[in-house]
Amino acid sequence: MKTSGKGTMVWLVFFLLILYPSYALAAEKAGKWPGIDESVVEKIAKEQGREAREPIINTDQGDLLLFVFLLAGAVGGFVAGYYWRRLISEKAPLPDQPEGLKGPRRELH
Amino acid sequence: MFFRPSLRYSITPILHFQETRKNFMKITKTLGWLSILLLVEGQLTVSNARAMHISEGILPFSWAVFWFLAAVPFLAYGLYRLKKLSREDLSFKPLVGLLAAFVFIISCLPVPVPTAGTCSHPCGTGLSAILVGPGISILIAAAALLIQALFLAHGGLSTLGANILAMGVMGSLAGYITFRILRTFRVSLAVAGFLAGLLADWATYSMTALILTLGIRGDASFSSIFTKILIAFIPTQLPLGILEGAMTAGMVILLSKKRPDLLIKMRVLKSSEALV
Repeated sequence: MKTSGKGTMVWLVFFLLILYPSYALAAEKAGKWPGIDESVVEKIAKEQGREAREPIINTDQGDLLLFVFLLAGAVGGFVAGYYWRRLISEKAPLPDQPEGLKGPRRELH
Repeated sequence: MFFRPSLRYSITPILHFQETRKNFMKITKTLGWLSILLLVEGQLTVSNARAMHISEGILPFSWAVFWFLAAVPFLAYGLYRLKKLSREDLSFKPLVGLLAAFVFIISCLPVPVPTAGTCSHPCGTGLSAILVGPGISILIAAAALLIQALFLAHGGLSTLGANILAMGVMGSLAGYITFRILRTFRVSLAVAGFLAGLLADWATYSMTALILTLGIRGDASFSSIFTKILIAFIPTQLPLGILEGAMTAGMVILLSKKRPDLLIKMRVLKSSEALV
């Protein structure tokens, strides 16, 4: 059976969805993968006598940060998807395109 | 009249097949988007938001104010460009919306780098500068950085000017200039996009190293601290820059296939290239 490109992409994304975050989560629990703000910026700044302060609105408290990041990811993902759809469905003809090909080439609805 | 039932029976399976296929494609598409969204969310959540921006309070007050003032003219130029383009043509609005969401997501997405054992994130400003120009790209980066500093404990309000200058200004200018120069020499869209993304990423981190050095060096020599920070960035940013380059090239190529008209309008593509 011939697999379509879209189907392959969906399987690939599912594979990454399950495998990659699990790997990263396991590493996170083991104390690995510090961000370079922590491992480079803050570390060198501390050596030079400068320390990072708490953010003005500190959402880095327990699972609150997890929630805020999930919310930001969801909203950002929705906005990106919405504009991508608009961008693709509003396809305009090219300036020198032949008459028969003018107008939107396909609808996503 | 006698032929109708048989005609109906002969067409029904085809119609049914087409409808099933259409539904399957819809479901596949929805699942695709959903899984991408979840993947992004999963990535966002696993590393407790540790990434690259200069954290709150790292820079002395005088330097924080200086970087704010240095970022103001670029932001003003970005606003001017956005207003001008909005007056001239509204068709690029979805592109700006898409890029704003893209830069926001990508610049708070901690990507684990196995070779270094650390996490960092791409910037996305190379791509946005190529597609909508450096002015608007700076504005997009500033909006993303402000939201991250306010609500995601990512970066800081006092270091916002410095972060805008590193990610917004340097990232956008490096990406835009690289892309334009390479395109002048007729380098292909993919190669120009790749190098623009790569250099935008590396320029951002070089600028971060410069800003940090100036702010924290105290009595130490400039070159020793700058080199130290730059070398510490390399194991993480070297592969991540390559990833950002590939992502930028992929997105430019995809848009050149899906919306060549828009890229022609934004002077990314020549109409002769789009028709080939």
